[in-house]
Amino acid sequence: MTAISHHISEPLMVAYAAGNLAEPYALVVATHISMCDECRARMAAHECAGGVLLEGTGGQAVSGDLKDRVLSGLDTEVKEAPVYARSGVFPGPVMAALKGKPPQWKSLGFGVRQQILQSSGKGSVRLLYIPGGQAVPDHSHDGLELTLVLQGAFSDESGRFGVGDLEIADDDVDHAPMAEHGEVCICLAATSAPLRFNSWMPRLFQPLFRI
Amino acid sequence: MLNLEQPLRETRQTTAVVGSAACRKWDRVEEKDQLDYSDQTRWMMAVQAKRDRVAFGQLFDFYAPRLKGFVMRTGVPSAQAEDIVQEVMLTVWRKAAQFDPHRAQVSSWIYQIARNRQIDVLRRENRVMPEELTQEADLTEDASQIVALEQETETLRAALAGLKPGQREMVEKAYLGELSHSEIQAETGLPLGTIKSRIRLGLEKLRHELKELRNA
Repeated sequence: MTAISHHISEPLMVAYAAGNLAEPYALVVATHISMCDECRARMAAHECAGGVLLEGTGGQAVSGDLKDRVLSGLDTEVKEAPVYARSGVFPGPVMAALKGKPPQWKSLGFGVRQQILQSSGKGSVRLLYIPGGQAVPDHSHDGLELTLVLQGAFSDESGRFGVGDLEIADDDVDHAPMAEHGEVCICLAATSAPLRFNSWMPRLFQPLFRI
Repeated sequence: MLNLEQPLRETRQTTAVVGSAACRKWDRVEEKDQLDYSDQTRWMMAVQAKRDRVAFGQLFDFYAPRLKGFVMRTGVPSAQAEDIVQEVMLTVWRKAAQFDPHRAQVSSWIYQIARNRQIDVLRRENRVMPEELTQEADLTEDASQIVALEQETETLRAALAGLKPGQREMVEKAYLGELSHSEIQAETGLPLGTIKSRIRLGLEKLRHELKELRNA
């Protein structure tokens, strides 16, 4: 595996560390950090800054019984939320979004498949399966698009993206990613809005497939 | 290549029931070598190693008012802020085993728990977090790494105190979660490079030890 060369931008990292990134993007960032110790350390450095601010915050007196309430809760057993481990090429956060099950791919034509993990007014996030040598249909999109490679590689106007690399595309980028020949390329992609494809055929399918 | 026609192997799904049994086994340094640690680090490590309730009480006395002030700054009323403080402090107790002083300060670890809790409560959504690095292992405590991380945090604290008021306000807003990524400037004006390198060393130490344990 080659080293990761495309990382999380600084503003995205701060917003993520502060917990202020919409869930679809947060899933992509958390997955990249699960694969990249450099960004794990960067996140921890920002949390350190957050901690310094917390320590320096002027205190507000707490109610007299708060400490007793906390101390009396120490022995209460609590069922923690399940923790999902990495499986195959899917890191823990993706497995959590899949609820521990393998993806249920839906065909988009030309061998391209997807599974939508989440879609709401806040945006959408999906897994994409692109056979080697196959282009993702030419598309532009509203707002920020994050694409993280989990397997294989793709290239577009802005460079080559291999396993662990994150492409950050703004709304003005009109791009046509092409999967490298050979291995199937699997990506995790988040957008703030449905993708718009720049030709009439895929556009026709858009309501059907929710892409 | 991953064969996607085959079902993936079942992912490990653990539902941990935690109580007073959850403690972390460090191969610890002598207590005299911990004298250089900050109070917060020593209290936290006592909670971690011995489920020490006195030390937990000291953590509460130090952090609860600060947490309440921190949460109220985002416009949360007093009573709701105290509910959040209660949940955060209980999480500190329950998840104590996950704290790693080679990679984090107690304050940064608690900051992150507090932000998670606020998002749960205010936005009613789960915050997506990266994979935890494994917590099961017996690891070696490295006093020099812990002290070095604390010293670099002091440098960061001084840098933060030296920011111009306008800049400091932007930094505070960013870490309080009040700015979107498009409102955050690429440069915060904080010297985070050295602290990142130090945390990276802590991560490498952990990765190395985990590898040794796997090969043992």
